[in-house]
Amino acid sequence: MNLGVNPMSFTSSSASWKSGDGVSDQFPAGLRVLVVDDDPTCLRILEKMLRSCLYEVTKCSRAEVALKLLRDNKDGFDIVISDVHMPDMDGFKLLEHVGLEMDLPVIMMSADDSKNVVMKGVTHGACDYLIKPVRMEALKNIWQHVVRKKKHEWKEKDFEQSGSVEEGERQQKPSEDVDYSSSANEGNWKSSKKRKDEEDEAEERDDSSTLKKPRVVWSVELHQQFVTAVNQLGIDKAVPKKILELMNVPGLTRENVASHLQKYRLYLRRLSGQHQNGLGNSFMGPSDPTFGPMTALNGLDLQALASSGQLPPQSLATIQAAALGRATNKSAISVPLVDQRNIFSFESPKIRFVDGQQQHNNSTKQVNLLHGIPTNMDSKQLAALHQSAQPFSNMNRHVHSQSGQSNSLLTQMVQPQSRTQILNEVGGSHVLNLPSSVGQPVLSQAIPSAVLGRNGIDNVHGPTYASVSQPSTVVDFSRSQRAELPGNSFSLVGNSGIPTLTSKGMLQEEFNSEIKGNRGFVPNYDVFNELNHNRTEDWGLQSVGSNFEAPQHSNLQGRLDVAPSVLVQPGFSSDRHIGIPSVNKAPFSAADRVVNTTNLSQPLTSSLPDNPLRIKAERLPDMGFQNSLFPDQFVQDDLMSALLKQQQEGIVQAEADFGFDGYHLDNLPV
Amino acid sequence: MEGHQAACMRKALFDQGYLDEQFLQLEDLQDEANPNFVEEVVKLYYTDSARFIRSIELTLDKNPFDFEKLDDIMHQFKGSSSSIGAKKVKRECTQFQEYCKIGNFEGCMRTFQEVKQEHAALKKKLESYLQLARQAR
Repeated sequence: MNLGVNPMSFTSSSASWKSGDGVSDQFPAGLRVLVVDDDPTCLRILEKMLRSCLYEVTKCSRAEVALKLLRDNKDGFDIVISDVHMPDMDGFKLLEHVGLEMDLPVIMMSADDSKNVVMKGVTHGACDYLIKPVRMEALKNIWQHVVRKKKHEWKEKDFEQSGSVEEGERQQKPSEDVDYSSSANEGNWKSSKKRKDEEDEAEERDDSSTLKKPRVVWSVELHQQFVTAVNQLGIDKAVPKKILELMNVPGLTRENVASHLQKYRLYLRRLSGQHQNGLGNSFMGPSDPTFGPMTALNGLDLQALASSGQLPPQSLATIQAAALGRATNKSAISVPLVDQRNIFSFESPKIRFVDGQQQHNNSTKQVNLLHGIPTNMDSKQLAALHQSAQPFSNMNRHVHSQSGQSNSLLTQMVQPQSRTQILNEVGGSHVLNLPSSVGQPVLSQAIPSAVLGRNGIDNVHGPTYASVSQPSTVVDFSRSQRAELPGNSFSLVGNSGIPTLTSKGMLQEEFNSEIKGNRGFVPNYDVFNELNHNRTEDWGLQSVGSNFEAPQHSNLQGRLDVAPSVLVQPGFSSDRHIGIPSVNKAPFSAADRVVNTTNLSQPLTSSLPDNPLRIKAERLPDMGFQNSLFPDQFVQDDLMSALLKQQQEGIVQAEADFGFDGYHLDNLPV
Repeated sequence: MEGHQAACMRKALFDQGYLDEQFLQLEDLQDEANPNFVEEVVKLYYTDSARFIRSIELTLDKNPFDFEKLDDIMHQFKGSSSSIGAKKVKRECTQFQEYCKIGNFEGCMRTFQEVKQEHAALKKKLESYLQLARQAR
């Protein structure tokens, strides 16, 4: 493992101080802070205090608006300060989202200084907790959290980099890679996490005591059990309680399952979203996501899948390889997602696509979308995701056979953000909208409807997709809500050979693996897809009810409802069709989106005019999301990160193509 | 002249416990670019806190008594009040929350009256002070 790799590639395009270890002379002046508090008095005071520290402040009184801002400006902020107690969304929830999607440091504030609330902040991943009334002195040093996080990411990136850079050994030996990844990655969390795998699970108690919550590590076996349970129940009916019962794991709580399910859904969604857009680089934020070695993730899902017979061995290897961030068989990654049959048919394209990704690896900025990719597992996932995303983008360019592309899309699509979303999207008929005309990869198949997140998502139901010759699977990405996809039922229309998801289990498995890989983050797939659609602005603001037209190119048949959280991209060029998952199973062009996302990368954009990778703008909600949700469970995340990583490469380029660069919103009306 | 009066008034506010050091933080933030910052924030507070008071009143009227909600509203109100350094108001808010925790309806009602009183008293004093201070500038 070459730890000496200089994280050059991770130079972020944003604040100059980010690059390398050094900080600019001005730092911390100019630090871009987003402060969220529903109390106008506090907000005004904080704003003034931060300004006095020479920070660039954007204030916001609502969490939803804050998230939108963050998503719209992937790289527009360095740190977020949020109140715990807010009417529209719990501060901790916002914290989770930011962590997963953007991986920015978040500071919590509250007048409440009781131990359990502070502890909650810690467990949810807040990097600091301030007691109100906040004093100026407390704000002066918040920049340290930004630097610390960056450093941490760089370190992880190093791992990633060395992993991907050194193809020689790594690629050829997936197993080794896996090991490598696990050891390399750890750097920090991973190792401890692995060690505690069993322990954590065993220690998990049903009492959700806030004071001490042993983290549950989702090992491969555990995740497999989870996936099996979900498949058994069906995406529509997979509620945490039932899953928990089916899994029958002592010590596992409903909450653990719920949060894992959420992530899973995001992953699925991402996968489907990626499919279409080729996951573009767009969502990979300029900052290099530090993906930890996906090893764990890869191993988990792939193995699980493989063992379940759903994942072809070669896919498994591929995925693993991908997860590891190696370019070995990128295609494999996508394979799992896609229906097995499809996989085979698309085999070649996939491979091609995989290769493409690899190349991008180091040069491009990884996943711009993943800006803020959580340093821990998520980053890994992101890496994986990026990786997978990349291939997608490549695919798009080439108009690969749809299936191949769709696979990659799926992989890439996985966005941590809302598993549910993914699931939803995937469910029903996935219609990845990869318009064949555009040459975008259509993720046919793949998104197993089973994958569709069911938690709370009513509409998602069994895959009903109509096989469409054209591999455009519309993945309903309604990212709408972060965690609960409000009944987005996507009817994904499977294209070209995407088998209707009658065999949910199967698809699901595949999907799962994909998802897992992507879990790290798929920040923008959903977004991009959606972005691609014409209605960008509306999304963020609309509730699930908004429907977007399927993108022009694809077979997108349905409308996707744009979840408010999903996509609000003002800067998004509207020529794209944004796949907004429709509430009622309208097939949405997830593929479309996915494709679009990948377009972000430069090479892609040229080929896919219609799919700008706006995804980037949209977000990396998934990514961050996942991270925060399951800090410890990255087993699957590894895979995702591996996938992401691939994508990243492609995505990085895409970033440049985005219409919007993180811009700072000044003084949002409070 | 006004300057001296303003200074005296200010001192009294601190000495009598109406304001705490958080108010100093506000004053520190006031500068040439924002010469009326303190006044602006105080105004903001009083506009906003009116709805807290109203909300609590409505909740106190309801049956059955919802202590949790009251505690919740009061928590926010307290946070807001503490941010401008309203010491006495903050103290009464805390007391109110204590009564909520133990489910003492009478205590809540009584304390709420105190909260309103302190809130109104401070408002008057701050208005006078800020006006003087502005004239003195």
